[in-house]
Amino acid sequence: MVRLAAALVITLAGAAAAEPQRVVSVNLCTDQLAMLIAAPGQLQSVSWLAADPSVSLMPDQARSVGLNHGSAEEVFLQDPDLILAGTYSTGPATEMLRRLGMRVETMAPATSVEDVRAAITRMGALLGQPARAAKVLADFDADLAALPKGAPRRATTYGANGYTSGPETLSGDVMRRAGLVLLTEGAGQMALEQLVMAAPELIVTGSRYPTPSRAESVLDHPALAAIPADRATVPDRDWICGLPAIVGTAERLAQ
Amino acid sequence: MRLELQDLTVRRGTRVTVDRASLSAGPGEFIGLIGPNGAGKTSLMRAALGLIAASGSSSLTALPPARRALAAAWLPQTREAAWPVTAEALIRLGRIPHARPDADPAHIEAAMARMGITHLRARPVTELSGGEQARVLIARALAQDTPILMADEPIAGLDPAHQIGAMATFRTLADEGRLVIASLHDLGLAARHCTRLVLMDQGRIAADGPPAKVLTPALLAQVFGVQGYFAETPEGPVFQPLRLTAP
Amino acid sequence: MKVLLPLSALCALLMLASLLIGPAGAGLGGSLAALWSGEGALGLVMREIRAPRAVLGLLVGASLGLSGAAMQGYLRNPLAEPGLIGVSASAALGAVIALQTGFATAFVLALPIAALAGAVLAVGLILIMAGPGGGSLALILAGVAISALAGALTSLVLNLSPNPFAANEIVFWMMGSLADRSWLHVAIAAPFMAAGAAMLWGAGRGLDALTLGEDAAASLGIDLPRLRLRLVLGVAAMVGAATAVAGAIGFVGLVVPHLLRGAVGARPGRLLAASALGGAALVLAADIAVRLILPGRDLKLGVVMALIGAPVFLHLIWRQRRGR
Repeated sequence: MVRLAAALVITLAGAAAAEPQRVVSVNLCTDQLAMLIAAPGQLQSVSWLAADPSVSLMPDQARSVGLNHGSAEEVFLQDPDLILAGTYSTGPATEMLRRLGMRVETMAPATSVEDVRAAITRMGALLGQPARAAKVLADFDADLAALPKGAPRRATTYGANGYTSGPETLSGDVMRRAGLVLLTEGAGQMALEQLVMAAPELIVTGSRYPTPSRAESVLDHPALAAIPADRATVPDRDWICGLPAIVGTAERLAQ
Repeated sequence: MRLELQDLTVRRGTRVTVDRASLSAGPGEFIGLIGPNGAGKTSLMRAALGLIAASGSSSLTALPPARRALAAAWLPQTREAAWPVTAEALIRLGRIPHARPDADPAHIEAAMARMGITHLRARPVTELSGGEQARVLIARALAQDTPILMADEPIAGLDPAHQIGAMATFRTLADEGRLVIASLHDLGLAARHCTRLVLMDQGRIAADGPPAKVLTPALLAQVFGVQGYFAETPEGPVFQPLRLTAP
Repeated sequence: MKVLLPLSALCALLMLASLLIGPAGAGLGGSLAALWSGEGALGLVMREIRAPRAVLGLLVGASLGLSGAAMQGYLRNPLAEPGLIGVSASAALGAVIALQTGFATAFVLALPIAALAGAVLAVGLILIMAGPGGGSLALILAGVAISALAGALTSLVLNLSPNPFAANEIVFWMMGSLADRSWLHVAIAAPFMAAGAAMLWGAGRGLDALTLGEDAAASLGIDLPRLRLRLVLGVAAMVGAATAVAGAIGFVGLVVPHLLRGAVGARPGRLLAASALGGAALVLAADIAVRLILPGRDLKLGVVMALIGAPVFLHLIWRQRRGR
């Protein structure tokens, strides 16, 4: 009995020191970043959201890895040696997994391109794949450097409930890198009539859900359609997470 | 205008509340509808007015509702005045069936004068005493200015002076050529003021005629279970119930 | 008529205020000039954002005020109010079902028709449970049951929606708001409100007669089954249309008739027109208040109405308790 326990302790210690072998991710953004960097077979499962094409860029890959629903019980039974979670997602579940002695690492959502660069490096370290992460980062940096500068149009996002993203958000930073000038100083709600009066030159809207909601009805308002500005649609999946793919989004906005 | 009821029958569930009642009445009559509780007095009048379903025939239900409202006014037993409208506004409701609003003020004034409530005209009805409310509601029915007036216990709850006053008013209306039918529990007032009494018992019309012919010891004992004193006096007929008949 | 004129003037004044108040501050002259010309960004704001909002406030308020006065007249109870007795909640349920099943997009008037259907069910149930003479207790208890059921079902339908925004919108449907409404909403609600108003307008005489009770009203030549049908359809059309575009706004039909009853001599027929104008004024004022108190936060209209209405409601119950 004592020898068995000792053997277990040695195994666990060894596993923690080397690269983790059974990684479970429970957050859409850590899911996708991990899939980019992890070695084949290293990921045990990713969250079910990663398989939803409306929010994920890598649904097919996610399905081939395997899905979880983020509940503590389900994750625990997969016996992971590393759990990747977002700072704000599935709070009680990750707390419980920590209490059960699991190794849980959380990553804050990226609010700038710099955050994305840092996240790539950190993910490489967590997964024990610094070389693969460095390659991803180098490609990302090259793409960023090659980004064409568009015309400095006055632009803003406009979403459900009149929500606009300010400069302190990832989408705000992406728009700035595309050469756009943000209309708003801070993130938050903007009344439709304020938007009309601000006279934007580009309005960026996001994905719509198939069923209607009162929050999104402002996007159908005739006054919004009547604003004399260019329109661009960026699906949520293109910048909801800090992934290297945001360069492509910036490129499209620059045109 | 005459009122003709032929074999009027009202069923409520399995119970027959009015049983083949026939009645013929005309202008100038003040009919007191008497009988114990549950004898079918209210049902008879409501059926005659077409307010409840009945078999048999009534000359009133043969008329379309708009014409019926010009032929007969109805004063229900429950004294309802849902909103604090003024007495005058309430009485004006009696003019709803009439198409000529220019004739309204005169009829409203006349009705108030008859019931002695002209001084109450601006008061909200909900603030009046029970007796005052009753008189306002009678005035409302008078303002409807119909050849036939039916009233369900119109004098219940009035003080003696106003009971006599209301009965005298009904008699005057009859003398002016209208037909008044009122259900009454006060047999003394009925005997004194009505031209004709209709006695109901268990849904049937048990007796019909002048007071002296209806308030007989035999009928009183049979229908009401009471003995009474009846006399023709120079003041008119007088009746006073005295005691219960021996069981 | 001495009541209708000042009320109309008040409505006109509040309409103007509603047009002039908004987050995009602009001067009085400039705003009106832009409204007239329709040119530039301000023209767009005035014509496409503020004008429909003001018109909708007027229509919704008039509908709710008129419906409240009509229901009270018919049930002879000052506590009868579409919002309190579950009619608005049922209309909201109809609207939400239509929106989430996609029926609302089938044709232009599908949304208000679905809301009307919900409202008809509720008014019908109320009349069955607490018809004339049913008393306040039956009315309020039936209303509580219908409100609770309709609210729960609305919540269920929204929770089942695949749209995460919709899932959180029970507050809008239960509290109501006029924010960001357009001429489209005016266009789909107005025909039903007009039809409902036409039906209730003719009911004035019948409601007056009902002051004397059902029997006396019938003997005055009032066709009670027809009056009931008018009332059910009229209230359902107006409340249904108002709720379909603005959510359930409570207390309007309670507060307004209560405040104006004295001014029209308590006559239910005359209260109809006065309550329509009063309701319009109240909702316009409340909609201005939500824009002034918390600009840009879409404070729900129902919150303001409840703050005004709940004390009135409690006061009425207290008065009934003391036997009027």
